[in-house]
Amino acid sequence: MIGLVHYLVVAAILFALGVLGLVANRKNLIVMLMAIELILLAVNLNLVAFSAYLQDMVGQVFAMFVLTVAAGEAAIGLAILVIYFRGRGTIAVDDVNRMKG
Amino acid sequence: MIQAIAFYLFAAVVLLSGALTISSRNPVHAVMWLILAFFNAAGLMVLAGAEFVAMLLVIVYVGAVAVLFLFVVMMLDIDVAEMRAGFARYWPLGATLAVALAAELVIAQQAWAVGGIDLARRAGPIAADKPNIVALGELLYTRYLLVFEGAGLVLLVAMIGAIVLTHRERKGSRYQNVPRQNARRPQDATRNVNQPVGVGVEL
Amino acid sequence: MILFVVFLPLIAAIVAGLGNKALGVVPAKLVTTGALFAAAILSWLIFIPYLQGTAGYTLTPVLEWMRSGTMSVDWALRVDALTAVMLVVITSVSALVHLYSWGYMSEDPDQPRFFAYLSLFTFAMLMLVTADNLVQMFFGWEGVGLASYLLIGFWFKKPSANAAAIKAFVVNRVGDLGFMLGIFGTYLVFDTVSIDAILRAAPGMAGSTIGFLGFRADTLTVLCLLLFVGAMGKSAQLGLHTWLPDAMEGPTPVSALIHAATMVTAGVFMVCRLSPMFETSPVALDVVTFVGAATCLFAATCGMVQTDIKRVIAYSTCSQLGYMFFAAGIGAYGAAMFHLFTHAFFKALLFLGAGSVIHAMHHEQDMRYYGGLRREIPLTFWAMLLGTLAITGVGVAGVFGFAGFYSKDAIIEGGWAANEVGVWFVGVLVAAITSFYSWRLMFLTFWGTPRWAESEHIQHALHDAHGHGHDQEAHPAGEHGGHEPSEHGPSQHDLPAGTGGYHPHESPWTMLAPLGVLTLGAVFAGWAFEHYFIGADAGEHFWRGTIAFREHLMHAIHEVPLAIKLSATIAMLLGLLAAWYAYIRAPRTPAAVAGQFEPIYRFLLHKWYFDELYDLLFVRPAFAIGRLLWHRGDERTIDRFGPNGLAYAVSVGSRGAARLQSGYLYTYAFVMLLGLTGAVTWAITR
Repeated sequence: MIGLVHYLVVAAILFALGVLGLVANRKNLIVMLMAIELILLAVNLNLVAFSAYLQDMVGQVFAMFVLTVAAGEAAIGLAILVIYFRGRGTIAVDDVNRMKG
Repeated sequence: MIQAIAFYLFAAVVLLSGALTISSRNPVHAVMWLILAFFNAAGLMVLAGAEFVAMLLVIVYVGAVAVLFLFVVMMLDIDVAEMRAGFARYWPLGATLAVALAAELVIAQQAWAVGGIDLARRAGPIAADKPNIVALGELLYTRYLLVFEGAGLVLLVAMIGAIVLTHRERKGSRYQNVPRQNARRPQDATRNVNQPVGVGVEL
Repeated sequence: MILFVVFLPLIAAIVAGLGNKALGVVPAKLVTTGALFAAAILSWLIFIPYLQGTAGYTLTPVLEWMRSGTMSVDWALRVDALTAVMLVVITSVSALVHLYSWGYMSEDPDQPRFFAYLSLFTFAMLMLVTADNLVQMFFGWEGVGLASYLLIGFWFKKPSANAAAIKAFVVNRVGDLGFMLGIFGTYLVFDTVSIDAILRAAPGMAGSTIGFLGFRADTLTVLCLLLFVGAMGKSAQLGLHTWLPDAMEGPTPVSALIHAATMVTAGVFMVCRLSPMFETSPVALDVVTFVGAATCLFAATCGMVQTDIKRVIAYSTCSQLGYMFFAAGIGAYGAAMFHLFTHAFFKALLFLGAGSVIHAMHHEQDMRYYGGLRREIPLTFWAMLLGTLAITGVGVAGVFGFAGFYSKDAIIEGGWAANEVGVWFVGVLVAAITSFYSWRLMFLTFWGTPRWAESEHIQHALHDAHGHGHDQEAHPAGEHGGHEPSEHGPSQHDLPAGTGGYHPHESPWTMLAPLGVLTLGAVFAGWAFEHYFIGADAGEHFWRGTIAFREHLMHAIHEVPLAIKLSATIAMLLGLLAAWYAYIRAPRTPAAVAGQFEPIYRFLLHKWYFDELYDLLFVRPAFAIGRLLWHRGDERTIDRFGPNGLAYAVSVGSRGAARLQSGYLYTYAFVMLLGLTGAVTWAITR
């Protein structure tokens, strides 16, 4: 009854929500980072679903590594956020254009 | 039966939490919703049979990453009022993009399903009798050992990076420099003065 | 031996040209002059056997050149009687001019270049005359044109010299176009460019027709006319003559060498060389005669009114070339070559003499500022006198005559003998005019009272003498000529008024020696060589088939009535008389006549308005077309869509692309997402 497709649909919608959050939240850097975490979560869900369906362990191993990297990335992202806030006093990123070429 | 109910429950809550995370005005609320999303995703994974990953999700994501988020949110003095505006401006574009991606993911899967599965090319076939952790461990510490070590290295670098990025030289904090202390010689520390009576000493 | 003759000048030219200032002036002069004298001696050694009738035709191959299909063209040097005559003329005059230039150009800073160009010219001319095939001749043809350009524009800092050089080259180019078409046509018809083969095959093609510009015409007539157009350009015949007077912008030795003795005679040489071809086409010969006679008359009339001494001699050259073509046209090719031979000597003599006068007068060339020079520069005077006697053709039939007497009279008699009375009359008329302007030159320059005080050049000289001391001028004891700045103070000495205190001095020996040698040639060349060139049996003994020799005609020349024989002499005396009257006896006559016949005078002074006509017909339209193509075509069309358009498109595009780099991070992230979406879409729909 609950097949692969169900999991995949859930993961897809979660992914889409993450993307939406990323694009729409320019005033709030923290929420953007959280949206990234949502995306990664959706990916993990996908991997695990396939692993279960195909009866292949590799999916879960990969999911573990994704988790690791996501954790590291979250740490660094937050560090950058802290510095950014220190310099700017705000976490809005829609006015940042120092890289304008 | 139970499985289906559980699945739909978890799925609904995850999606709801996700939506609320990104649309929350208050960042603390957003973090809370994120935590809820993680929990329910873990539940979905348990349903799929990957308990280790699910627990890992709870421990690492909720226990560490989300807490880290909370720390930062609390630490920064954020003007909540300013954040209220802004969401409305870009959300049509983002929504289009999101819907498109989602649809494509589903279509892709359908197309793939039609093609059939090549079960012989599985990298790590799951044996029915082993517990999940054992199977994972067997694969991880043999075939993917180097990658595992690499992952550890990534974490190390991330840790160092985070410290280096946010480190500030505090003015006024006094700390010991042990080598300097050890290198001090008696002749640098003291000097003998024959001072006549009544005259002060220059330090 | 011929290899040395031809290539020694080339080597000398290369050495002097590449060495230039590094080599030094004296070595450059020595190398080139030495090479030329060696070549001259060798040329005479080659020539003498032909005089004796013992030498024949030799062909010295040098290098393989072109092989294309059935055409095979090689560098080869051909020597026969005709070539030997030209060799002698070219190398002798060139060697003498080289020596003369030592003195004439002694103050010029660019002497190595000058001598290199002179030697280069000599090489090219030698290649022309020793050519075995038309393409090699064309190489020499172009080479002399190039050398002429370089030498006319030698003083390239003068704009008028540059303009004259370009004019010479461009007008020559028009002639060369005709020549090239002639060569192409010849190859088309005869399937070879070797002169021997063509001349042998020519009689066979008489009467055939060829399609030209859409209609059928007689083959050989067309070819000969095209080739003659080339000769017209090179030899400054009427129509393509406009460059010769302006070519006097070059130094006088150049004028003597190129525009008197050698380059301009290349056209005559070509016609004589190809005379068997011309013999088959009476129409072409008529055209040659007519053009020659017309040029003769035209140039003589212009020479009558010129005031620049070099221009008078230039028009004289043009006129004498007309005589040569006139002779060729009536079939007396031997006479044409004979006149070429003698003309080289006396014309070079006249030019170099004029150069000596100019040198003495501190580069003043206007004859109105001359006068009375026979006392000041006697040697030059005698040289020019003998040259004038030669050109006017003074002589007594059967006894002795100066060079021109034999050759020019032969041509005039030929006109009568060929039953071309009209042309004969033109010849006699021009002889009279020639005498008139030649003696006019002499009287204005050497007789009368000095008139040079007003001349700018002389005033220059006086100021220079002031500054540099007095060792330049030869001062007879007791006269203090050039000391005072006031040019009109003759009171304390017995100098004639009008000199301004300036004494012309005789030229150095390097200039006088060539004059002496040429004088010998001018005096004796006619008497000594008449028999070989135009004697009745010259065809068998001397020419031996190198040119078409109409024995009948040459016989007839020697048997014309006495009245005709004397006609040229009478004409000469009439001219002398007129000149004497106008310039010695009643010096106000010329001005009065000019005033009386003002329009005619102006017409002649402006050289029959040819320059203005050409300017209107060719120069202005050419410039207009050029400007049109430049502005509308090149700038507005090609540049606009090509380079400028591309640059504009690139800059617009890059400005647009630069806007992508907004600096906003989220835009970059957004674009990444877009890319991802695109990739996924592509992956799905593939």
